Amino acid sequence: MRALSVILLSLFSALLLSCDRRSNVAIATEENILVIGNSNEPKGLDPHLVSGVLESNLIRALFEGLCVDNPSKDGVADKGVAKDWKHSEDYRVWTFYLNEKAKWSDGEPVTAHDFVFSYQRMLNPRLPSKYADMLYFIKGAEDYNKEKNPDPGSIGAKAIDDRTLELTLRGPIPFLPEITKHYTWYPVPRHIILKFSGGDPATPFTGWTKPGNIVSNGPFQLKDWKIKHYIEVERNPHYWDAGEVQLDGIRFLPISNSYTETRMFLDEQLHMTYTLPPEMIPYAKEHVPAMLRQEDYIGTRYLRINTRRQYLDNVKVRHALACAIDRAQICKSVRGGNEKPASGVVPPFAGYTVPPGASFDPERGRQLLAEAGFPNGEGLPEFKFLTTDRDVSRRMAEAYMAMWREHLNINVRIQQREWTTYLQDQYDGAYDLAGAGWIGDFLYPTTFLDMWTKDNGNNNTGWHSEDYEAKLKESENSIVPEEKLQLLQDAEKIFLADMPIIPVFWYTTNYLIRPEVKGWHPLQLNNHPYKNVSLKRN
Amino acid sequence: MLRFIFSRFLQTALVVFCLVSFTHVTIRMIPGNPFADEKAMQPHLRERVAEAFGLNESFGNQFVSWWSNVLTKGDFGLSTSLFGRSVNEILTSAFPVSLTLGLGAMFIALMVGIPSGVIASLRHNGWIDYGSMILAMVGICIPAFVLGPLFQLWIARNVSWLSSAGWERPADILLPALTLGLAVAAYVARLTRGGMLEVLSQDYIRTARAKGVPGHTIILRHALRPALLPVVTYLGPAFAAVITGSFVVETIFQIPGLGQHFVTAVTSKDYFLLPGLVLFYGCLMGIANLIVDIVLTILNPRLREA
Repeated sequence: MRALSVILLSLFSALLLSCDRRSNVAIATEENILVIGNSNEPKGLDPHLVSGVLESNLIRALFEGLCVDNPSKDGVADKGVAKDWKHSEDYRVWTFYLNEKAKWSDGEPVTAHDFVFSYQRMLNPRLPSKYADMLYFIKGAEDYNKEKNPDPGSIGAKAIDDRTLELTLRGPIPFLPEITKHYTWYPVPRHIILKFSGGDPATPFTGWTKPGNIVSNGPFQLKDWKIKHYIEVERNPHYWDAGEVQLDGIRFLPISNSYTETRMFLDEQLHMTYTLPPEMIPYAKEHVPAMLRQEDYIGTRYLRINTRRQYLDNVKVRHALACAIDRAQICKSVRGGNEKPASGVVPPFAGYTVPPGASFDPERGRQLLAEAGFPNGEGLPEFKFLTTDRDVSRRMAEAYMAMWREHLNINVRIQQREWTTYLQDQYDGAYDLAGAGWIGDFLYPTTFLDMWTKDNGNNNTGWHSEDYEAKLKESENSIVPEEKLQLLQDAEKIFLADMPIIPVFWYTTNYLIRPEVKGWHPLQLNNHPYKNVSLKRN
Repeated sequence: MLRFIFSRFLQTALVVFCLVSFTHVTIRMIPGNPFADEKAMQPHLRERVAEAFGLNESFGNQFVSWWSNVLTKGDFGLSTSLFGRSVNEILTSAFPVSLTLGLGAMFIALMVGIPSGVIASLRHNGWIDYGSMILAMVGICIPAFVLGPLFQLWIARNVSWLSSAGWERPADILLPALTLGLAVAAYVARLTRGGMLEVLSQDYIRTARAKGVPGHTIILRHALRPALLPVVTYLGPAFAAVITGSFVVETIFQIPGLGQHFVTAVTSKDYFLLPGLVLFYGCLMGIANLIVDIVLTILNPRLREA
């Protein structure tokens, strides 16, 4: 018994002695390592196979495209691998001159051939790349990806020499540098991918992104990856702008429970959270107001309407449903962040004015319903509202349900489904109404408008319009930037007049950040270039 | 004994085979798609993904080739939710963490459960008995998702060397092990108390007392061993359950163990990770039960004769 006590006591003392009493944040700050929450375990790190926001956060630290985000200004493309670029007068042909200092983390040079290889790989119809359509701006890309043309050489991406990349586009795109900041446009290491795929670049899931295998060209390189534990990146000594990189490393923690993440932040274990649950916003405002950030985010929350369903195929019924949603009330009472009531599908940003669309007007809603032949909601069945199994989704659905019942006397039943079923039901058209959201990939309205075309897999409303698509096409072919935007606005007007979705609010990001973190400025895309982020040390 | 072990092994193998086969079938039947996410996949790419995971074959072929890979190469296949990661890789990275946490939790469960059960039985119907049994009931009733956050708020926020969550420092095991262990401790305490009360009323204990054997020797040497039989029966499955991780505790305390994978494998419809985890868990459960049976025969001579 005495021996057992001695053993226990020594174990406990060893445990105590082994503990550093400084907080994780204090230790990490001292080591110049940024520790941040990153929501969940990434599906992977291959820029051609993933499509989520959390994966993009990691890929942006590891890889770099032709242009990069400016740390503090929206819509500005800074130099990345490309040190300079020029375009033809009609914005159809772009030439990028690559920095001769650009290297992979194993010291191999990053060449124009790597970019051509990357674009051909991503568009290869045998590689299951969901985001391949991001490259459809390149001439011939869509035909090759959709197996209409088997020749990868037909794509408008050519390496003039090792340092010169020429891109021929399908139309005039004045905002191309903005698009090349997206990770789908990043180069991937040809020599490594071919090594792990046995020479076939279209072989997916080969493990080339595992620690020890992966080679990247961004400010950081992969140091360690423990599944569901952390991913740590360290300085890439071969990065062309290594002198400007402030941090020695970044540790991304896949914290799926946002309440745990908040508690970890408040316990000084994280420099920054991925998000802040709506219920915690009042607490943060009261206790850590200086650390709370609520910033505009380029995303729209909306309600998808299955226009193939009887009753919902009536545009007046759809407008009536839209008129009954009190958006300001949803933002204030259900979300609690700084979300803005949405009148259209494209969030407002520099250069684009949202056309007048959806607004809260119950009187007009009742009138429209009567005109459609359903006065006071009589004759309409109970609609099913599909949403996810998250608490906040349920609360929003209950609010919509109450508003429709109160203002239009329409009954709705909520169907909560777990994530993949919720998505699949929408892809299959197995719903009446569904809560949904869309985050923009780049700062241009087409990132919100292109998805409502006839064959787009993300449409799922059953709605399409030739006039709408003609306006989009006309805008794409115009070479005058102002005219392009005007035509897109016209397209959005057509879209909102038919109301296949009901816009609810424009997103904000709500998160907590410690005062030690410097260089983290509000950005609408929330794509922060990590090389400009630093930690203030004592 | 060997015959007993062999027959038990065969029974376990059959049960595990049925369990894993059932999992294979049900994961395919539940609605949803393992590759669905916010971004729609173009129709021609769906076939490519199916090919990459061998899902274009008939279910029967997939089933047979999965089992033959498991049995001949020990290869559980590729995860369909974590690209490029094999199920073996996931198991080997997560199991040591769950095992460490589980051992810590069992240590706490036994150190708290057995002494409090013994003390409660010795002070039968006294305030210590009632007090400790009420505490045990509370321990059983309060779910981990309440207890865990309470520990984080009450203890971690006030003790500088304890973290709210994470798996970085040695001390990070304390709070999750406590959360996980206290529920088991509560059961152990109640079972120990019940066992002790029954044994203490036996004739041979009265005889020992009459012979003048000191009280602590009676308890530790003569009463505790038979009294722990129900505890040991309970401990086998409890141990297997605890070392394969708890989703709730691992999520609350941000621990990279097996429990998280169990639940995310279901929600993400991971066609190969889930059967792999079930197979692993089934084998552990079988081994734990076998060990319990062996320990019981050692503890209880009557079973050996039977």
